[in-house]
Amino acid sequence: MIVDRRGFLVVVAGTLGAVVQDSLAGSGPAGKVADPASAGPALNPTTAADIDAGLQAIEKQLKCHCGCGLDIYTCRTTDFSCPVNAGLHGRVVALADEGKTAQQIIDAFVAEYGPQVLMAPPKRGFNLVGYLVPSVVLLVAAGFLIAMLRRWTCAATSR
Amino acid sequence: MTLLGHLSLWLAFLVGLWGAVTGFAGGLQGRTDLQRSARHAVFAMFGALALASICLETAIFRHDFNVEYVAAYTSRNLPTFYLWSALYAGQKGSLLFWATVLSLFAALAQLLTSGRHRAYLPFVAAVTCVVATFFVTVMLFAANPFERLAFTPVDGRGMNPQLQNPGMVFHPPMLYLGYISITIPFAFAIAALLSKKLEVDWLVAVRKWTLVSWLFLAIGLLLGMWWAYVELGWGGYWAWDPVENAALLPWLTMTAFLHSVMIQEKRGMLKKWNLALIIASFLLSIFGTFITRSGVIASVHSFTQSQVGYFFLFFLIFAAVGSFTLYATRLPLLEADAKLESMVSREASFLFNNLLLIGVAFAVLWGTLLPILTEWIVGVKYTVAAPWFNDVIVPIGLALLLLTGIGPLVAWRRASIPNLRRQFAVPATAGLFVLLIVLVAGMRDLYAILAIAFGGFVTGTVVQEFGRGAGARHRQYGEPLALAALRLIGRNRRRYGGYIVHIGIVLLFIAFSGMAFKTETQATLRPGESATLRSPYGHLYTFTHLGISQYDALNRRVTAALVDVSRDGKAVGRLKTEKRQHVDALGRNTFEPSTEVGIKSGLREDLYVVLGGLVNGTEQAVYRFTINPLVWWVWFGGYVLVAGGLIVLWPGGGSPAVRRTQPGYAVKLEAER
Repeated sequence: MIVDRRGFLVVVAGTLGAVVQDSLAGSGPAGKVADPASAGPALNPTTAADIDAGLQAIEKQLKCHCGCGLDIYTCRTTDFSCPVNAGLHGRVVALADEGKTAQQIIDAFVAEYGPQVLMAPPKRGFNLVGYLVPSVVLLVAAGFLIAMLRRWTCAATSR
Repeated sequence: MTLLGHLSLWLAFLVGLWGAVTGFAGGLQGRTDLQRSARHAVFAMFGALALASICLETAIFRHDFNVEYVAAYTSRNLPTFYLWSALYAGQKGSLLFWATVLSLFAALAQLLTSGRHRAYLPFVAAVTCVVATFFVTVMLFAANPFERLAFTPVDGRGMNPQLQNPGMVFHPPMLYLGYISITIPFAFAIAALLSKKLEVDWLVAVRKWTLVSWLFLAIGLLLGMWWAYVELGWGGYWAWDPVENAALLPWLTMTAFLHSVMIQEKRGMLKKWNLALIIASFLLSIFGTFITRSGVIASVHSFTQSQVGYFFLFFLIFAAVGSFTLYATRLPLLEADAKLESMVSREASFLFNNLLLIGVAFAVLWGTLLPILTEWIVGVKYTVAAPWFNDVIVPIGLALLLLTGIGPLVAWRRASIPNLRRQFAVPATAGLFVLLIVLVAGMRDLYAILAIAFGGFVTGTVVQEFGRGAGARHRQYGEPLALAALRLIGRNRRRYGGYIVHIGIVLLFIAFSGMAFKTETQATLRPGESATLRSPYGHLYTFTHLGISQYDALNRRVTAALVDVSRDGKAVGRLKTEKRQHVDALGRNTFEPSTEVGIKSGLREDLYVVLGGLVNGTEQAVYRFTINPLVWWVWFGGYVLVAGGLIVLWPGGGSPAVRRTQPGYAVKLEAER
């Protein structure tokens, strides 16, 4: 096989590239990148607890404290480098490992951080007012509107 | 230049005060010299504020980092595109932008208002001068964009990476334009109250301005959703954040006004209600600004907490007390010309439509303020986020969607049973048919089922309306149906443009329901390794990590991850997601690394890939893979909604008398009898 100068250089460059970058598709360990810091803090590999649907459901009910306004699950899968959500996720996993149920984990968070750790006020006691006021106001307004409409239509009919 | 800008602000302040005084005095005393002076003051204020804006932009483009605002929001290597948007990237600059655009709208209101509404203009000049002067006051005494530093930094801090996105260049000005232009209808409402000229005239003068404001707010909200989706990386587009809610509130009240105004125009009813809606819309725009700028409620959108909030709170109270006191004194002049004749009529359905729109607005306001209320009452500042809003708002929203289909089917004044039967047959059948399809398809989410079924019903209503109108033209003029439909829209833009807006709303609701079925997973992959995820439609997606590359680009260092995607074994393309480390002109890091999402958008679903980061600085990458159904339809529904709004807004279309002679219009009236 005859290889011209350009072809030879391509082969040499490809070989050197393969040696420098050792992470060919599906083979061997992953190579180092040139500037790891610009990709953000180093992360740990995903664990089974990170993708556990049950734990995710719990974390979606608990607020992250980093100021993002998101729940723990959404925050940790959006800002992977946030130390706050990592700590809270770790706490959820630790409680689950202790054999606690979902409600017990949520209760433990409420006991530790106060009820403001919940993504919505619990539906009991005085908090129910918070849930019911819009519907009650709407129903009262609808009743008032119907009464007004009746009065107007009666007046129009009698005329 | 900054000195000139600062002086321009003072000039605008003085001219604004003069315009306010002469406008009110000239209007109340009927003195034409004062009225003319107020009008000139509006133009002069616009000139002064435009000059101030030019001065700030000049400082930004000249990299004058001695100006605190320029140093805080720009850097030498910030792309030119974003240097323009730096004008409104921060609190101080956005106040200047706001005041300038308001003064522009005030000048346009003076220029474009037709001769028969001239009586309102002195008061309009006065009100717009008061509002603009308030914004200038805030700048002069609390947030001066021309404030200088005691030293000159070598380079500025740069713009937040999340703001370096095309969506963020257009989203804030659109939202501001919406917020700002509400001032003009409000000014006309106050003018009508002050001049006691409360006939239909003032409504005609404000309807288009309200529509402009409604349209800008809609575009602003949609662009904000798009920006949140492509830039923030959390996988959604609406989070019920207080600032998002604050922008939604006046949009809802203006939507209510745009419906109820038709009753006043046609029947001379709801005068009090319409005035109240316009005043409330303006107050809600100020409330939204207060929420955004005070930091009273935690929000990711908020500007830095500052004393500016107190100014807005004071102005909100002043405007509310002033306008509603005036409103109360004029109530005897606002009696209806006609009475409602039947509970089953278009008028009644519009009233219920208004009730639900205001109900949604109230619920959104209640949820936004609930953390503060609970802190006052029970001492705990509860978090009120998406779960609360989904529980409370979605049912009301669905009822509103249903009413969107019912309203156009009910005749004006009084609807008979045979008429109702004829009108509802096709839309109800369409809704039931769609319901059957989604149930057979196995959908089990109640809200999603209802949204899609109601969407089918509303679409049936709109198609029937277009079909009847176009059919009438086809029979009378022999026009092909498509051409007849187009001419139908052209001849009655307000009505048929409104129906197109309804279709946009249907598309949005159905698209929103898609998010109930999103699926996602997280995986750590070495080059060549894959993760799989099943879509809600049953397809198996395989995401293969191809590798990491790093390079410099413009003002950042990019770490890009490439992912090969296949569906059920067939290649569908590649996605790139990035980590970006922004740097200044000296190569120093300016912010924490930000994420650029990789999105492959399709009619059925979006593939949404987020690079979380790297494991120990290697090419082993942590990813989140999400499948978001129907997101494309959110943007398409937005286009349809905006197109419908533009059709309604577009001038011309013939006089009402000409339109009434057109087939389609006549057919509708006949059907209503």
